[in-house]
Amino acid sequence: MQYLLVLHVNEGGWSQLTPEQQQQGTAAYFAYGEALQKAGAFVGSNRLKPSANSTTVRIANGKTQVLDGPYVDSKEQVGGYYLIDVPDLDSAITWASRCPAASHGVVEVRPVWQMR
Amino acid sequence: MSIPEGDEARRTADAVARRSYGKLVAFLAARTRDVAAAEDALAEAFASALVDWPANGCPKNPEGWLLTVARRKLIDSVRRRQTGETASTQLQILAEGLEDAAAQAERDMQIPDKRLALLFACAHPAIEAGIRAPLMLQVVLGLDGETIASAFLVSPAAMRKRLSRAKEKIQQAGIPFSIPEHEELPQRLDTVLDAIYAAFAEGWTDATGTDTIRRNLTGEALFLARLVVELLPQEAEALGLLALMLHAEARRAARRNVAGEYVPLAEQDPASWNSQMIDEAESVLYRASALGTIGRYQLEAALQSAHVHRRRTGHNNWADVVRFYDALAALTDSPVVAINRALAIAELHGPQAAVDAIKAIAADDRLTEYQPYWAARAELLSKTGAYDEAHQAYEMAIGLEREPTVRAFLQKRQAALPR
Repeated sequence: MQYLLVLHVNEGGWSQLTPEQQQQGTAAYFAYGEALQKAGAFVGSNRLKPSANSTTVRIANGKTQVLDGPYVDSKEQVGGYYLIDVPDLDSAITWASRCPAASHGVVEVRPVWQMR
Repeated sequence: MSIPEGDEARRTADAVARRSYGKLVAFLAARTRDVAAAEDALAEAFASALVDWPANGCPKNPEGWLLTVARRKLIDSVRRRQTGETASTQLQILAEGLEDAAAQAERDMQIPDKRLALLFACAHPAIEAGIRAPLMLQVVLGLDGETIASAFLVSPAAMRKRLSRAKEKIQQAGIPFSIPEHEELPQRLDTVLDAIYAAFAEGWTDATGTDTIRRNLTGEALFLARLVVELLPQEAEALGLLALMLHAEARRAARRNVAGEYVPLAEQDPASWNSQMIDEAESVLYRASALGTIGRYQLEAALQSAHVHRRRTGHNNWADVVRFYDALAALTDSPVVAINRALAIAELHGPQAAVDAIKAIAADDRLTEYQPYWAARAELLSKTGAYDEAHQAYEMAIGLEREPTVRAFLQKRQAALPR
């Protein structure tokens, strides 16, 4: 089954780290991706730019509204995701617990609706 | 200053829950085998106590009070749920068994201890192996589903479902609440001990000790092991398990330095170990060895003991350690044992011999996601000078680690590899 691991992180946190800590953090994510791949669980992943770069679009009453900024204004924002393919929820939770984001943010485990 | 009655009632209720929860559940469910109903009735009894005790004072025999109320609630719920013949049979069982026993229990101010039978029911071979430890923690110790789910890395909804399915199985399949007969006992006891050790291991993975749920789990597992040892004092493996867990627990604090960084066993200061626990572990293991039956847990405890001895005396005993691992490998087909054996071989015959030993098990599929395998492999390869391979192995170990301080430790080791 496929699961989307949604990484909710405090956006201010990253800039407060020293360059060494940032490097160590990036390396931890890299290793995590490697482990997912070796285990055959990796489908896809991306790191997202800060939510200040977001734009929201909606159409209401026939009018298109385009706004700057993220949809939900909160300290914690989606900072990235991993799409994984694992046998079941237990296994997805185990992978979520290994994600570096689990120790500095929250990892949401969301099952993918399989269209087939 | 007088203590408000409500506080005292809550404190008494908490103390009773801690001391006697499993005893009360075991007693209430022994006849009907309906663990879930017994737990519900007991929960209602605790709720009544928190209303009644502050107003009327705490009873002299709180267990007896709870038992009487829970028994009444249990009978009420059977009446409500069922009608006709099944209900009258159930009620008859309840009335006959419980009332006599409860009356006696209240008279003697002592409830017969059927917790061991309850443990054997929870760890019955007919119950799925993975749910045995959670089931024990809930039924015997009263831990709630969410706490257990977090500890075992499972969703709370799934954990609740699995627990209730297991309880239903106990009732529907007629799993006995009894202590197995002599010839059956060792094998059945193994499943009980395995489940206790599984609970301990889940608690042990939190190296920081800041996660209270996990830390408590090691305490709960020790409580269960002590309970089994108290009720079956002649079982060497139960003593072995208790000794093993005490040895591990004695080193909990030493896994962190003052800066909060992870410290591996080989670099820990023996002075920071809990010597009282080690002494207890040693004397428990001595008791086990006097019983003359060897087993997995005694061997593992002996290994812990050997490590402690070496670190404290500086006396090198790697040959003993490798011998213990050989015996253990013959008993279990565990890749974990194979990894630890390889690490001991490295000390005795050098890193290349250990790398050869570990490569022999590399084909085992179970190891791809097993973090300690990659960490051990990385460590050994770096000692033989195979730095590229070591780098890759560290990468896997880092990617699979969930504890941030251990992850940082491994990253430091990886960065220190010569390029």
